[in-house]
Amino acid sequence: MINNDTVLMAHLLRRAGFGATRNELEDYLALGYDGAVEALLNPSDAGNMPDDLIRRYHVEQSELRDLAGSAAYWMYRMISTSCPLEEKIALFWHGLFATGYAKLNQARSLLNQVDMFRRSGMGSFENLLVDLSKDPAMIVWLDNNENHDEAINENYGRELLELFSMGIGNYTEEDIKECSRAFTGWTLGNAEYMAIRAAKDSIWPYGRIAWHFDYREQDHDDGEKTFLGETGRFNGEDIIAIIAKQESTAQFVATRLFQFFAADEITEFGEKAIQEMITTYFSSGYQIKDMLRTLFNSDYFKSDEARFARVKGPVEMVVGAIRMAGNYQNPALGIEKVSNTMLYMGQGLLQPPTVEGWHEGSEWIDSGALVERVNFVAKELSNVQSPGVRSIIDRLEANSDAGILHPTALANGCLDLLGPIAVSEATHEVLVNYASRQGDLDLNGHQPGDEAEQRVGNMLRLVAATREYQLA
Amino acid sequence: MTSNKREKSLIVIQLSGGNDYLNTVVPYGEGKYYDSRTTVNIPQNRVIPVTDKLGFNPSMGPIKALWDENKVAVINGIGYENPNRSHFRSMDIWHTAEPDIIGKEGWLGRAIRDMDPLGENVLTGINFGRGLPRALACPGVSVASVGDLETYGLFPDVQDEELRMFTLEAFSKMYGGAAGRDPVMDLLGQTGKDALQGADILRTAPGMYSSSVEYAPDSLAQNVKSISQVFHANLGTKVLYTQHGPFDTHSGELLSHAKLWNEVSGAIGSLMEDLKEHGTEDDATILVFSEFGRRIKDNGSGSDHGSGGGAFVIGGAVNGGMYGEYPSLAEAEQIEGDLRSNNDFRSVYTNILEDWLQLDAAPIVNGQFEKFDIFKSQK
Repeated sequence: MINNDTVLMAHLLRRAGFGATRNELEDYLALGYDGAVEALLNPSDAGNMPDDLIRRYHVEQSELRDLAGSAAYWMYRMISTSCPLEEKIALFWHGLFATGYAKLNQARSLLNQVDMFRRSGMGSFENLLVDLSKDPAMIVWLDNNENHDEAINENYGRELLELFSMGIGNYTEEDIKECSRAFTGWTLGNAEYMAIRAAKDSIWPYGRIAWHFDYREQDHDDGEKTFLGETGRFNGEDIIAIIAKQESTAQFVATRLFQFFAADEITEFGEKAIQEMITTYFSSGYQIKDMLRTLFNSDYFKSDEARFARVKGPVEMVVGAIRMAGNYQNPALGIEKVSNTMLYMGQGLLQPPTVEGWHEGSEWIDSGALVERVNFVAKELSNVQSPGVRSIIDRLEANSDAGILHPTALANGCLDLLGPIAVSEATHEVLVNYASRQGDLDLNGHQPGDEAEQRVGNMLRLVAATREYQLA
Repeated sequence: MTSNKREKSLIVIQLSGGNDYLNTVVPYGEGKYYDSRTTVNIPQNRVIPVTDKLGFNPSMGPIKALWDENKVAVINGIGYENPNRSHFRSMDIWHTAEPDIIGKEGWLGRAIRDMDPLGENVLTGINFGRGLPRALACPGVSVASVGDLETYGLFPDVQDEELRMFTLEAFSKMYGGAAGRDPVMDLLGQTGKDALQGADILRTAPGMYSSSVEYAPDSLAQNVKSISQVFHANLGTKVLYTQHGPFDTHSGELLSHAKLWNEVSGAIGSLMEDLKEHGTEDDATILVFSEFGRRIKDNGSGSDHGSGGGAFVIGGAVNGGMYGEYPSLAEAEQIEGDLRSNNDFRSVYTNILEDWLQLDAAPIVNGQFEKFDIFKSQK
């Protein structure tokens, strides 16, 4: 009975967004699959919660000095955006070019970096690497402010090749040195003073001071360099141009995009999609947007195999449940607690544990994290006062047989409206058995929070607690 | 756990935010202290004298009482080279025992893995609080994080007990299904079962405990009470962790620092009394630490991030006394206006791991470190 177009669209929106309510799904379905992909790839007005409104309620989100408030600020953006892929791609790059508050003590610079990911994250990979190399938060995070003419610091040069593009085994130690030389002089304004302030975690006497990129020509090593077999008086941009045209870079970017947007594990079928993305990488001039289009339109992505093939990350878990329940559409006091909940699940926004980012996939799952994951979504989705849950109840009633739902219809209806989610037979049996506890459900004349509605809330709680709900 | 022989447990109390060691163990015999701390100081007549040079903060009465019973080891001048003054980074260093590179595994996570390599007891390590401190994190090691012992487990917000039981039963069936279908589904199933099992066992702990000790209502004392309940329930838990704060006293320090130490001392005093009442004083050791100390000079209202802090090891099996040198306040000895640490924090870890938990310390703390003699020799 569940429509295949709906199933596929829900799959697309779990990957290119944070899942979708049935209203959102219907809007995207009206565009058709290809139209929906284009709408997602071309964000226009995101309709975010406006800053002035947020500031009226949250002092700490006005100054954006501390970690908790700044992470919560990004949460609002993810919850309220109507261009979910813009936030999803920012989250992807935040995990890949993982920069953390721990060393920076400068949350606003991190948020500026996230903004750069929104701006450049779906454009050319080459441009993105240039923007990244000029990003003040990255410069401090990987010590490029300590990378001087005649005294190189290899930290950034090394990670640029190892973690941000080609991957280990595709260059030599000598390439790292030459690459680092090319990035000498790429620093931030008043770098020495700012570095001391960051190390001392000092807010005295001026609070946090905004950072900006500064190129110091006199500190740049302008000599001849040989990088990956090419020789010239390379500057950083030249090095990045060489990196961008490498086969290994294409392979790296395609694989990481695949694992974030398609599946944790790469099967033979999945490998075909990666190859198509690599082709697009070169034919489009390294455009990320075109690679994503290739992925979303691939046979693999549309196949059964790709569905529920990723463990939801904590941010997807939390933001997805809140968007489904329709909460936090206006500033509310609990937002920092919610943002901390993601940290308890193992993914604190703006604080990836190391430059390698988070270990994703099945590593999200341990007993402490699972309890947090289940409890959060179960509570969020069982509250029948939430607007999104009320809308689910109304739809259940509209689809029912004169307001009466048999236990199987109740279980199936909830699985449908929270996804559609496909569950195993064994899970399905437990859900139907649970729904049968009080016989048929009569939704006629239901009132907010009455017993009939609460039965729907209970059912939604159990669906949210399934193993299957843990997957995207 | 069926064994009657009680195993040795480690209780860790983390002081988050950077405890001002100068106002905790006060060098009241030194003029330089009062010269540097012109406003944020503890006056000589209020210090609880411990030696002729050092004394405790006036809020530390209960700890002084334990000191008099020879149960408090004070570790002065603890830290690591090239001190980092960022809360997060410095705490990470303490958690992973890796000052130079960014470490991945927590030292206690590794210790738990050594004690229970097959993960047979899901309660070998427990954090009391939300989230998992990095110290306890280690791939493949299951650690429960208990926000509130009374409501710990799945679906704590379901008030109707019958409905909650019915929901838990359904959860158990959903996570129980046949293994071998798919590795991720199997992992989810096993993890869900572990979580249920841990919660089932933990829920029995408060019922197995009675005590005449009244813990204070503050959050630390309540967490420490939960620690006592779980410890006395004999569940085989060897590492019990909690944290308190914020010790980040940039302003209004004298008031807030006194309040925090009242709570810390009170909680430790109650716990030691509780252990005595249960005859388990020699079976638990408490480690108290913070990520760094604070500036030698105050800022007029508080103190800023510094280095060279201190730690405490407390318990019936401890050889009480002063360990390590109190860092000099002389300007020539300072690093950038901060105390210079003179003993590596990994020495204390080594001491605890080897002489208390009976583990091989070097692989856990990433190297060999000279240790003190904090513990009485074991029978």
